[in-house]
Amino acid sequence: MTQFPHRHADGAEVLAALTKAAAERILILDGAMGTMIQRYKFSEADFRGERFAHWTHDLKGNNDLLILTRPDVVEAIHLEYFEAGSDMVETNTFSSTSIAQADYGMESLAYELNYEGARLAKNAAKRAEAKDGRPRFVAGAFGPTNRTASISPDVNNPGYRATTFDQLREAYADEARGLIDGGSDIMLVETIFDTLNAKAALMAIEEVFEEKGLRLPVMISGTITDLSGRTLSGQAPEAFWYSLRHAKPFSIGLNCALGAKEMRGHIQALAKVADTLVCAYPNAGLPNEFGLYDESPEAMAAMVGEFATAGLVNIVGGCCGSTPDHIAAIAKAVKGVKPRAIPAIETKLRLSGLEAFEFAA
Amino acid sequence: MNTPVASFINIGERTNVTGSAKFRKLITNGDYTAALDVAREQVESGAQILDVNMDEGLLDSEHAMVTFLNLMAAEPDIARVPVMVDSSKWEVIEAGLKCVQGKSIVNSISMKEGEEKFIEQAKKVRRYGAAVVVMAFDEVGQADTFQRKIEICERAYRILVDQVGFPPEDIIFDPNVFAVATGIEEHNNYGVDFIEATKWIRQNLPHAHVSGGVSNLSFAFRGNEPVRAAMHSVFLFHAIKVGMDMGIVNAGALPVYDEIDPELRELCEDLILNRRSDSTERMVDAAARFKGDGVAQQDNKKDMSWREKPVGERLTHSLVHGITEFIEQDTEEARQQAARPLHVIEGPLMAGMNHVGDLFGAGKMFLPQVVKSARVMKQAVAYLQPFLEQEKRDMGLVDKPAAGKILMATVKGDVHDIGKNIVGVVLQCNNYEVIDLGVMVPAQRILDEARKHNVDIIGLSGLITPSLDEMVHVAAEMEREGFSVPLMIGGATTSRVHTAVKIHPNYHRGQTVYVLDASRAVGVASALLSEDQRGPYIAEIKTEYAKIAEAHLRGEQAKLRMPLADARANRLKLDWEGYAPPKPSFTGTRVYEDFDLADLVSAIDWTPFFQTWELKGRYPAILDDDKYGEAARNLFKDAQVMLQRMVGEKWLTARAVVGLWPANTVGDDIALYSDESRTQEIGRLHTLRQQISRREGRERAHIALADYVAPVGTKPDWIGCFVVTTGIGEEVLAKRFEDAKDDYSSILAKALADRLAEAFAERMHQIVRKELWGYAADETASAEELILEQYRGIRPAPGYPAQPDHTEKDTLFRLLDVERAIGVTLTESRAMWPGSSVSGLYLAHPDSAYFGVGKVERDQVEDYARRKGWTVEEAERWLAPVLNYDPAILRSMSEAAE
Repeated sequence: MTQFPHRHADGAEVLAALTKAAAERILILDGAMGTMIQRYKFSEADFRGERFAHWTHDLKGNNDLLILTRPDVVEAIHLEYFEAGSDMVETNTFSSTSIAQADYGMESLAYELNYEGARLAKNAAKRAEAKDGRPRFVAGAFGPTNRTASISPDVNNPGYRATTFDQLREAYADEARGLIDGGSDIMLVETIFDTLNAKAALMAIEEVFEEKGLRLPVMISGTITDLSGRTLSGQAPEAFWYSLRHAKPFSIGLNCALGAKEMRGHIQALAKVADTLVCAYPNAGLPNEFGLYDESPEAMAAMVGEFATAGLVNIVGGCCGSTPDHIAAIAKAVKGVKPRAIPAIETKLRLSGLEAFEFAA
Repeated sequence: MNTPVASFINIGERTNVTGSAKFRKLITNGDYTAALDVAREQVESGAQILDVNMDEGLLDSEHAMVTFLNLMAAEPDIARVPVMVDSSKWEVIEAGLKCVQGKSIVNSISMKEGEEKFIEQAKKVRRYGAAVVVMAFDEVGQADTFQRKIEICERAYRILVDQVGFPPEDIIFDPNVFAVATGIEEHNNYGVDFIEATKWIRQNLPHAHVSGGVSNLSFAFRGNEPVRAAMHSVFLFHAIKVGMDMGIVNAGALPVYDEIDPELRELCEDLILNRRSDSTERMVDAAARFKGDGVAQQDNKKDMSWREKPVGERLTHSLVHGITEFIEQDTEEARQQAARPLHVIEGPLMAGMNHVGDLFGAGKMFLPQVVKSARVMKQAVAYLQPFLEQEKRDMGLVDKPAAGKILMATVKGDVHDIGKNIVGVVLQCNNYEVIDLGVMVPAQRILDEARKHNVDIIGLSGLITPSLDEMVHVAAEMEREGFSVPLMIGGATTSRVHTAVKIHPNYHRGQTVYVLDASRAVGVASALLSEDQRGPYIAEIKTEYAKIAEAHLRGEQAKLRMPLADARANRLKLDWEGYAPPKPSFTGTRVYEDFDLADLVSAIDWTPFFQTWELKGRYPAILDDDKYGEAARNLFKDAQVMLQRMVGEKWLTARAVVGLWPANTVGDDIALYSDESRTQEIGRLHTLRQQISRREGRERAHIALADYVAPVGTKPDWIGCFVVTTGIGEEVLAKRFEDAKDDYSSILAKALADRLAEAFAERMHQIVRKELWGYAADETASAEELILEQYRGIRPAPGYPAQPDHTEKDTLFRLLDVERAIGVTLTESRAMWPGSSVSGLYLAHPDSAYFGVGKVERDQVEDYARRKGWTVEEAERWLAPVLNYDPAILRSMSEAAE
């Protein structure tokens, strides 16, 4: 393992620092990585770099691969977000599971992508800290993969599954090892379409913690896919929370798919039932007819700022379409606003199917 | 949103194979559709949690659990409630937990096998994020008395809360409901023990819950449902009062405590609360009087609130839920509100069907439900039909020239016509002339009729998957016969991608267009027939389809199979060192010219016979089946009568030819030799190898049939070939019935001849094993074991999954000189004639087993073509069904590249 020396963060120290900061103010996450990468208009050759010049698959669009082929760009984007006011940035590892990388024939690179992804983000964090002395954190990001464990891709065969809990768990465990060894401070399971995938990720993270004898704060962020108010796999926000509460996350929240305006009601639902921090990082509006996000930093910041003044959130940031300008505007909008107080939730048996179920006693 | 809050939780118990005979039967028969209905009924009648249990000795419980939970997940009206994953086997529980996204309850774990196991399982339950039922069970046994119950529960609670960190509110104790009134005196206090333990747990173990399987209580009164239900109701009344807050009960079926006959209620209370020493006798004496008596049943009313919604929503509701009850009434109401009757179809009904389509597309509805929806739609359209026609007459459209002539058909092999009928109606309403050929229409007839009527467009519809291939075939035939009219494709399984990738490339002369639903049909037809629009419209479609095809190909290429070289390296390596292949009693061929049909009757496997008639179920159980039993018995009776005559009067002749030769494997082929010197090769059988790319850790061999024969240079081995037929006379027979216009007998005779051929193949295989090859001389398999193929050796047939290449029959036929020996011939497409014939190879290795080659990659096709002396194109034609790529697209891509 000389190629990948372990750079484990001190989980207890991270948790203490984050908890202290979160008690005082609203924390700032970063914005979109993809949107920033698009600005560079990379060609197939850029994605490939020297190392993958002869790779058999097309690689253009494999944004995570830029960790290896354009580390300078990835690190620069992280630094831009830190400088715009982010307390934490997400590693560029949304698709760095062996499952998602299989599309490019790059399954075997999963660990390396995660390790290097964490290392680059950590470099940027150190550079930002060196400038102003404010502590910065790296959230190792776990994406949903391109398969769902509780939905059949075949309409004629609803019992079929393209992946299983155990396959996901193994892939996520690999990802967790890379992210932890590369120096992540936080584990962030995000853009959850299917809660069963997230359960597999959380179990994998738990197992890797045990394996490595450490524990880092875990953040969870689901995605309400459309205006129906459900995840892709059909769960309402409260049901989603009850399904994952066992992981005792540092925060629960929502990201992607919706703009701040459409997300508000669902964040409110979570804020009401979750006895942990709430995190929201919506898209910069809904895509326009060209598939582009065109909500201005000011417009987005105004709405996210309202989340804060309404006492709904503890952590905010941006997803698709957001840029360092958006994050700077959001950071400004929530500055000095009191973070949401974690509500005391009565002890009750709570279960969930697609909908939440609460037991009286 | 409002989260339902409950003080006593009804757990649906009908999806439990140990508790419901009906459900058990559905699951063992694999009827998961009906099993889902059971779950749905439970939720509709108020179950707040569904208990799913598959603990049945003859079932693969783990598989059944996974299958059922996965199917349930696709049904939003069922999946909305949490699941209780119920099994006595931990493996089954864990497999179940891997399928549920929600927070479920595990039922159950206990200290039966000690603390260590208990802690381990509890930790896992926690990691899966589930609550848990803990049985009052320890190393000594199940807790029966109050003292034992509370001791075990307290110990378990302390371990869970203090050691495992289990949230106390997620713990549910089951202190064991045992049967009372069994006649054994010690059992009389079981009701009291449970109720008292419940009270103690609720007072002393904070936040924990109490549940129980209530039906055990009344076990002594099996068969007397009213008494059992009354006992359950009374028991729950008292247990709930002291804190029992969960129960596995049939929610809809219990009488209300207050409405139980006072005498019966008192008898129940005496019994459950152990109030008198003679309560058992008194209940036993009285029980008969209450049997079948009017215990006030709660109404099993369905939620009818949807009837109060606006008519459009009601129509959608009926369509989504497949309810026909109100459809005419609602359609009429919608018609009165609409300006034209057509607007009802184009408006609310199409909106409803689009909703169905969306749900289906999202995997939230599945086919049988969609078919139900279509039935409702059909009824609504049928209701509107007279109004549509009247309007047409009123508007004088009848005499106006038609906007175009469109031929429509549901393709061969498919009987679904609802979607097509709807499109037909919509088109007619827009003044197109529609020629509807109905269902199951062969390609030739479509083409002939199209030519005869000089149609402007041909529309194909289909609902089942094989229809997709049939549509490709029709398109190719249109191309071949020089058609150039547009081809519209529609129906539930069709898609833009399939149309673009498979159908469109087969029809160059005309344009194929996918039509998403009936509402788009008019737009598409008018664009295709309009002078000005046609050109740009077709150009646009061509561009779009080219893009789709390209994207699809990229996706396909990503699904790489394992390279042939790697698959070969991972061939099945049998131990030839330690194995002596048995030498047959002779080599060469042997012919049976007139095998005794009577000898075959007992070897018939009847299950497929019933399948031919679409009666689903295994023989003999199917004869007693609730649904199919009567039809099956009648059919079976007719079959027996005919079979007796068939055999007695020798309507058919059974002939066989068998050959055994020295053989050894050469690569993936098997070389056959003229004699034991093994110098002169008389033929070579080619086999195909699996190339499926398996996940790591699942490194099963990549098998080819050749792996079952000793490689050249190791040991002498042998192989057998055979063709059997019971079809001699079949044609004459069928014609006799057809001339008499007796279709039933004609089909029956054909089906019986088929069964006899299979039986003959099975019987001949036995003779080969026991005598001709003789490697299993003392085999004593029963007829049933023979049908289940529980013996050594296999007889794979060319054209079946283990060797999908039909042309391998050529080698068989040549070596066995089949035509001269027994009069069976091969058609151009390598079907055997007469049809009631079976061919195959005999392989004797004890490890030989049937398998499927699956899809093969181009590297193997090229290699195979070389071995067979074919061009790659020939190989691709014969192997078309198993290709992992589309040769047409590959070629058009490479042409485009040049």
